[in-house]
Amino acid sequence: MKTPIKAKTSRDDRQMLVFMGVIACYLFVALALPLYAILSKSFKNDDGEFVGLANYLEYFNTPSLTYSIQNSLTISIITTLISVTIAFTLAYGLSRSCMRFKGLFKIIALVPILVPSLLPGIALIYLFGRQGMIRGLLFGHDIYGPIGIVISEVFFTLPHALIIIMTALSIADARLYEAAQSLNAGKIKTFFTVTLPGARYGLISAGFVVFTLTITDFGAPKVIGGDFNVLATDIYKQVIGQQNFEMGAVVSLILLLPAGVAFTVDRIMQRKQVALLSARAVAYEPKPSTSFDWIMFCWATIVSIFILTILGTCQYAALIKFYPYDLTLSLNNYQFDLMDGGGWESFYNSLELACWTAVIGTVLVFLGAYMVEKGKGFHLGRNLFQFLAMLPMAVPGLVLGLAYIFFFNSPNNPLNFLYHTMAILVISTVTHFYTVAHLTAVTALKQMDPEFESVAASLKTPFYRTFTRITAPVCLPAILDISIYLFVNAMTTVSAVVFLYGPHTSLASVAVLNMDDAGDIAPAAAMGMMIFYTNASVRILHGLLSRGVLRKTQSWRSR
Amino acid sequence: MSQSEPYLKISDLTKRFGDFTALSDITLEVFEGEFVCFLGPSGCGKTTLLRAIAGLDIQTYGTVEQAGRDVSSLPPAERDFGIVFQSYALFPNLTIEKNIAYGLENHKQPANKIRDRVAELLQLVGMPEQGKKYPAQLSGGQQQRVALARAIAISPGLLLLDEPLSALDAKVRVKLRHEIKELQRKLGITTIMVTHDQEEALTMADRIVVINNGLIEQVGTPEQIYREPATRFVADFIGSMNFLPAAKVSENRVRIGQLEFSCSDAAGSAEITSDQSVHAAIRPEDILVGNASTNYIDVTVDSIEFLGSFVRADLSSPQLDGLILLADFSANLVRSESLSAGSQIRISLPPESLLIYAE
Ligand SMILES: Nc1ncnc2c1ncn2[C@@H]1O[C@H](COP(=O)(O)OP(=O)(O)OP(=O)(O)O)[C@@H](O)[C@H]1O
Ligand SMILES: [Mg+2]
Repeated sequence: MKTPIKAKTSRDDRQMLVFMGVIACYLFVALALPLYAILSKSFKNDDGEFVGLANYLEYFNTPSLTYSIQNSLTISIITTLISVTIAFTLAYGLSRSCMRFKGLFKIIALVPILVPSLLPGIALIYLFGRQGMIRGLLFGHDIYGPIGIVISEVFFTLPHALIIIMTALSIADARLYEAAQSLNAGKIKTFFTVTLPGARYGLISAGFVVFTLTITDFGAPKVIGGDFNVLATDIYKQVIGQQNFEMGAVVSLILLLPAGVAFTVDRIMQRKQVALLSARAVAYEPKPSTSFDWIMFCWATIVSIFILTILGTCQYAALIKFYPYDLTLSLNNYQFDLMDGGGWESFYNSLELACWTAVIGTVLVFLGAYMVEKGKGFHLGRNLFQFLAMLPMAVPGLVLGLAYIFFFNSPNNPLNFLYHTMAILVISTVTHFYTVAHLTAVTALKQMDPEFESVAASLKTPFYRTFTRITAPVCLPAILDISIYLFVNAMTTVSAVVFLYGPHTSLASVAVLNMDDAGDIAPAAAMGMMIFYTNASVRILHGLLSRGVLRKTQSWRSR
Repeated sequence: MSQSEPYLKISDLTKRFGDFTALSDITLEVFEGEFVCFLGPSGCGKTTLLRAIAGLDIQTYGTVEQAGRDVSSLPPAERDFGIVFQSYALFPNLTIEKNIAYGLENHKQPANKIRDRVAELLQLVGMPEQGKKYPAQLSGGQQQRVALARAIAISPGLLLLDEPLSALDAKVRVKLRHEIKELQRKLGITTIMVTHDQEEALTMADRIVVINNGLIEQVGTPEQIYREPATRFVADFIGSMNFLPAAKVSENRVRIGQLEFSCSDAAGSAEITSDQSVHAAIRPEDILVGNASTNYIDVTVDSIEFLGSFVRADLSSPQLDGLILLADFSANLVRSESLSAGSQIRISLPPESLLIYAE
């Protein structure tokens, strides 16, 4: 019998394996072990003894807690329906009409990404609260509760849905439209037979993303939820309010379930969408149509007004001396050092966190993606790595944060010293946002000619040289995208870090939460706006920088 | 062929992708300085074989020896070859000079030596002035030359080319064929080129390896491959060929329709028993007008198609039971014999050109 040839691993392969192993270890310690800690905690009592399902039984026998499941599901489903509808109609207008100011509308629609999810709630208090400017529009309904939560969540999730649906619509095949036209199908019929089916994966995917974001979001229900409890706020209350860590763990695992299911379905949808994409289609060019363009223009204006009103209200609240009694403008609310919540220090901490997260996260994510994509052999390990890299997306921030308490705060953990430091904030944030960054990197790497590595090997070039001289420069746009993504999210995130910050590592987003909690709503709005200014400036800077860098280092792109 | 030890020796090489066998039991020798083409239809395993030789996708079984060294399990970086891909895989962010110098810079040579070598290579591939440009600023043919220069920069013992010309348009392709062949001869570098273009293989190769379905069909000089195709597949795949249902009568005798002809005993026809149904094969250009051999037959010209320097005629005869023969005649001949549709002529099928293959 012939003996199979066993490929000798090259030095490159060994070194890449070591790199991958190191990053896998990071993910293992920063993700898998904490998740295990929270899982085991849910089966233990206060003294750390194993009690089986006792905590779960207690949970399901406490109606005030189980009621939140229903609340969470209701809120998330309603938000999903509204947000996806708005996103789809807007995306439809942006890609299929010839209306004016498309670019501007798109920028406005993406603004909510730059602010914490606490901010729309604060704006709604000013608009529809007890002394709200236009509370009459609610006809006596209370903004504190489901209405407020849904409006906030729609604001918060809209850009995410819009991006996904725009992508789905942009790959529509013009030939199908021409075919429909030649068959004399009307606009409406074309819409239902061509547009909708073509975008269906995008729509479903957007739906699941919005659902997951909403059910795991903690900012909006915290600020505007009133006594309407949802799973996310329950975790917070159990842990921070009642110090009942075991019950916090149980609720976390219950929250993990719908998020996990939604995540899995979304991945499957994304894969199908990719398959659609690779079948090269002819791009669709919309033709002017006065009435349709006008309708779409009006609709985009309405959506933009909604977004700008929320943002503008916060800005107004931040600049008013004492609403509604003294409406003179002042910068008093920006004197954060006079309030609880960590003062200006928390803002600087946030900046520090965002920078570290962007730098360390980008390096980690891109190196990890490179090793997984370009390394050879060791398939089991590679698949395991892929799984670990995808997992963070399915884990709600609060769950991750709580898991970190259990894992890092445990006295027999040698990493215990990290607790309450900037380091643990960076670790949790990098881990929390790992997946999207990883996918961006993988996509960029996949677009490169796979033979670069073969050529480099034939020229006896070590991989790290090809990585620094070819791969990284060619992928620079994606690398910049990853870093800005991590930066912006590190500025706005509340959920994971709310359990982890210490006396000297409070953050701006947490300060918004705490000031709002303490009734200092105007300073909370001011701090929220500080986050917005920062993110907006960084975005603009990033735009200029990548254009400059592109022009300089990537002159090869233009011919 | 050279009597010395082969430079590259592939023995019983098999490559599987899961259950699918892409190559089975390939055995092949390539000699120092030879230009060998792997020729075959799409999906036959040419690239797979090339990648196994390079160590990019290591074979499931079998050995590869290069310059007397068993490299079967070695990664590409520990083998000695230069490679050019169909996509060229030029580094888009480096200038042409930097691309060519890429491999040299690992060998710890002084900068001015590298510079001289790059200039020399640019000269060699006929692009002395283009060093400062980026790949995207070059035409396909120029990119091809740069990829070639980069591959030979480190003076590898073996040059591997995977369909290097297939992305170019016809004119450039013909020009580059000559350039590559010239360069190879000048450098004396052992070269293996993958192609599915028979013309390319016939004009460039010292020897051709015809592959089909993961098996070697025939190895031989272009002349041998063309003149004495070893299998029906090779006969069919290369050039054009008339295939006529026939029966073997005896050694070197075959019956086509109602007539008997002498035929060549090439191509393993000895293994075919008498009375077995076979295919008689003859190339259209081997059919001669007149009774130059004993194998003659009177036919009618059914139609004539003008193809530039020659003419393709459809020939039929009642004695051939409705079979159609294609024949290529030179334009001169057509004129001197005043051939046209309906003409009656006598043609001969030279026995050495009439081959038989088992069904
Ligand atoms: N990585 C792989 N996994 C599975 N099957 C493969 C893989 N690579 C090649 N094959 C299969 O092996 C066979 C031979 O492929 P190969 O690329 O060698 O063909 P080729 O002769 O180079 O064809 P072409 O002229 O189209 O390039 C094909 O049927 C192909 O589908
Ligand atoms: Mg191929």
